[in-house]
Amino acid sequence: MKEFHLSTPLKKSDIDQLSVGDVIYLTGTFLTARDEAHARILEFAERGEELPFDLEGAAIYHCGPLMQQREGEWEVIAAGPTTSARMSKMTPHLLEKYNVTALIGKGGMNNVAGSLKGKCVYLAFTGGCAALAAENIRKVENVHWQDLGMPEAVWVLKVENFGPLIVGIDAKGNDLFAKIEEKARSVFSGLI
Amino acid sequence: MAGDVSYDIVVNSVVEILKKAQTGLPQDVTDALRRAEAQESLPIAKEQLEAILRNIDIASRKQIPLCQDTGILIFFVEIGREVRLDFDLEAAIIEGARIATECIPLRPNAVDPLTRHNTGTNTGDGIPDIKYEFVEGDQIRITAAPKGAGSENMSALKMFNPTEAGRIREFVLETVLKAGGKPCPPIIVGIGIGGSFDKAARLSKLALLEDTDKMDGFERSILKDINALGIGPMGLGGDNTALAVHVKKAYCHAASLPVAVNIQCWANRHASVTLEGSK
Repeated sequence: MKEFHLSTPLKKSDIDQLSVGDVIYLTGTFLTARDEAHARILEFAERGEELPFDLEGAAIYHCGPLMQQREGEWEVIAAGPTTSARMSKMTPHLLEKYNVTALIGKGGMNNVAGSLKGKCVYLAFTGGCAALAAENIRKVENVHWQDLGMPEAVWVLKVENFGPLIVGIDAKGNDLFAKIEEKARSVFSGLI
Repeated sequence: MAGDVSYDIVVNSVVEILKKAQTGLPQDVTDALRRAEAQESLPIAKEQLEAILRNIDIASRKQIPLCQDTGILIFFVEIGREVRLDFDLEAAIIEGARIATECIPLRPNAVDPLTRHNTGTNTGDGIPDIKYEFVEGDQIRITAAPKGAGSENMSALKMFNPTEAGRIREFVLETVLKAGGKPCPPIIVGIGIGGSFDKAARLSKLALLEDTDKMDGFERSILKDINALGIGPMGLGGDNTALAVHVKKAYCHAASLPVAVNIQCWANRHASVTLEGSK
């Protein structure tokens, strides 16, 4: 369990050194995207249309934040991770079309380790820790697709030392959640 | 002499208990998390529990919601039989929910189930979910129990044959296993046994309001099995997959055995207020 302090956009050399179980603190830019934003990104890709934000080397945060507007400026109130597994089906398509290098969420994802291999890592933040997360978000830089509603819009967030993030799926194809689940499954078989 | 509960008192009380529920946890839940952190042997898991405890401190210090998923707003209302109500109690609770959304603030989560249109107010057809019960006395007790989707989505209900009571434990374990890290473990598991299809579900949710520490032998044995699975905090492995298991039962049809398992994330938010009713 090594500790790393890294900056976005994550380079290939950054992610190659990470292994499941390592602890990361990230500084830079996160783009939030949940179910609806994923679906819309894929619609844009399908139509060959350009996105209003840049996903090159991006870190996508599975998060539907709680925001408040004060004097025209958006302020983060609470912004913990949402359940990443809901995005599992759309993630392989997303990674085919765009060079996203980090996915940040909670709870793990289903069968995405193959799609992440060689290009992206999945980092887990502690679910429910929205107040803690908000402490490390310095600024709301922009917001796109507000018509999707506050939780589903794409928020561009400046973060500093955001963590602790645990490497849940590394770029070598290891999936810590899948390993724990497999173990739990065998304990379950023994218990019933 | 009884008090004089009014529309405005209910509105203000609802805002107050929602604020209390969203920005802090009941003492028994925080204590259980502290004990879990102290006992946890896996370093990654310990770190997750430390983050949770830090988060609880920050939320209560800053008076902000501890989770951005401020949930679907659920209320349990107990109305004393002697209370005379001369105003629209439901309208007052709904208004309280709307005001709380704006002033705490809460994330607007209520959407049309098919069009996904968001009302922006946490209110809409059938939402907030309010359950009424008549009790003895001259008081009204309102409990707010907001519930996030991460854990609610992992809940399950099964209609067993009456002779299959022995499979309840397996069903609970299977539900927890399928949930993995998704519902933000360490979880609290509410089990509703009996009643009807809908009553079992309601019982399983009511079970989540029970004192975390108070478990009987059956509940403790299921808790032990759940923790043996090793899913751990956030599904990253460890000793603490669940903090508590609570069972609530109701008589049911002779031909039926409904069982509901309601999974609750570590943020088992709820707060109550008791109002003196007017006679």
